[in-house]
Amino acid sequence: MFNPNGSFMYVVTIVVISFVVAQSLFFLVRAWKRARALGMESKTLRKVVTSSALFTIAPAVAILMGVITLSHSLGYPFPWLRLSVIGALTYELPAAQSAAAAAGASLDSLITDPKVYSAIAWVMTLGIIPGMILVPLFGKKIENGLDRIKQRDKKWGEIFLTGLFMGMISAFLGYIFSDIRAGLTGWIPVFVMIISAVVMAVFGLLYKKTNARWLTDYALPLSMLCAMVLSIPLTQLITSIA
Amino acid sequence: MKKERSYRDSTHFYGRIWMLSALFLFLCVPFAICVYCGVWPPITLVLKGLLGVAPIFWTVAVIEVITYVPMLGTGGSYLGFVTGNLSNLKVPCALNALQLTEVDASSEEGDVISTVAIATSALVTTLIIVLGVLLLVPLRPILESKALAPAFKNILPSLFGALAVVYISKNWKLAIAPVVFMLILFISVPSLAGSVGILVPVGALIAIGVARILYKKGKL
Repeated sequence: MFNPNGSFMYVVTIVVISFVVAQSLFFLVRAWKRARALGMESKTLRKVVTSSALFTIAPAVAILMGVITLSHSLGYPFPWLRLSVIGALTYELPAAQSAAAAAGASLDSLITDPKVYSAIAWVMTLGIIPGMILVPLFGKKIENGLDRIKQRDKKWGEIFLTGLFMGMISAFLGYIFSDIRAGLTGWIPVFVMIISAVVMAVFGLLYKKTNARWLTDYALPLSMLCAMVLSIPLTQLITSIA
Repeated sequence: MKKERSYRDSTHFYGRIWMLSALFLFLCVPFAICVYCGVWPPITLVLKGLLGVAPIFWTVAVIEVITYVPMLGTGGSYLGFVTGNLSNLKVPCALNALQLTEVDASSEEGDVISTVAIATSALVTTLIIVLGVLLLVPLRPILESKALAPAFKNILPSLFGALAVVYISKNWKLAIAPVVFMLILFISVPSLAGSVGILVPVGALIAIGVARILYKKGKL
């Protein structure tokens, strides 16, 4: 019998999370020093840190909810470990389900069979390996490719990168519309997106009028939070009509 | 110029060490569970479980590396691919930082700003999960309450609405074709919602293709 909430699993989790924190701090300090050497002000960098921190809160709480979802079957420490590192619930849950199904087990209750639990742990781990091998192998080559484009034509290099960003934004905008054929409730994500866009545009206009720099510094995280909060009454309203 | 090279090269050097160490550490976790329990799952069981997810997730991983490495920059890539949640958190977070500092994403300044943003995001995520797990007893009823559910269900529309306004207003000529294509695609085939990650490079190829034509014609 294996206890997924036992002290052993907590120790393992703390070791891995400490490693990830150390790595984040290492890169943060290095990038900060380099930014200072490049002539960027500490004030600007502090602004990046605060805006990024504010921006992260809501998605991080959603990730925490993923820990809760997985905890029903895998206990707290392992999902905590997984979602603090590579994991996203969209990957971890199918991986756990696939391994559990292969073992003839179900994720409906806490898994205490060590054979099933370790099989799930292996599948979840092996499933995410490629990214971590491919970046050290090809990361530099991909960047060199981008460099060559930039060296040939700097402006085109910038446009090329904007095109990549636009690819991501357009795919997610399309995704937001994927439910609209389900009726009025399927439009909720679209309305939330519009609210977020309008709030962001209002921030932009206010900045133009008042020149208050903080407005642009925190506009994106604040627009996101505003839209999330407003999605609550909006959902209530639409579900009551539909 | 020489100094710039050396910063990036050393970032690759340290990045590889950190990432491969992380890989080794992650592999040690299931290994440690097996040693601790004294039980090893049959290899066929692991392979069977892996077969259910690996074909899709390994393909997505290849696509993500090609698409997100240029967006995240050198330091950001080594950190982002270890800490995860790229499209729903790390890349938008880096975009937000680039936007507010008004630096060019493809420059070294852009690279360090992305790294600062991604590192901060990774640290804050870790902190929130630690606090969340520690305070789970009082927090759980709130987080699982029906009243709050719509807010968390709508994180992506809340995020991409604001992000789209900024990027589309600045680059509307580039945006029209991929946005229209994706809207038609997702409305016609709603089941694609689960494969949004795979469609990111498709959108990028369309945007870059249109950009090339417009650029050649001198309209960008």
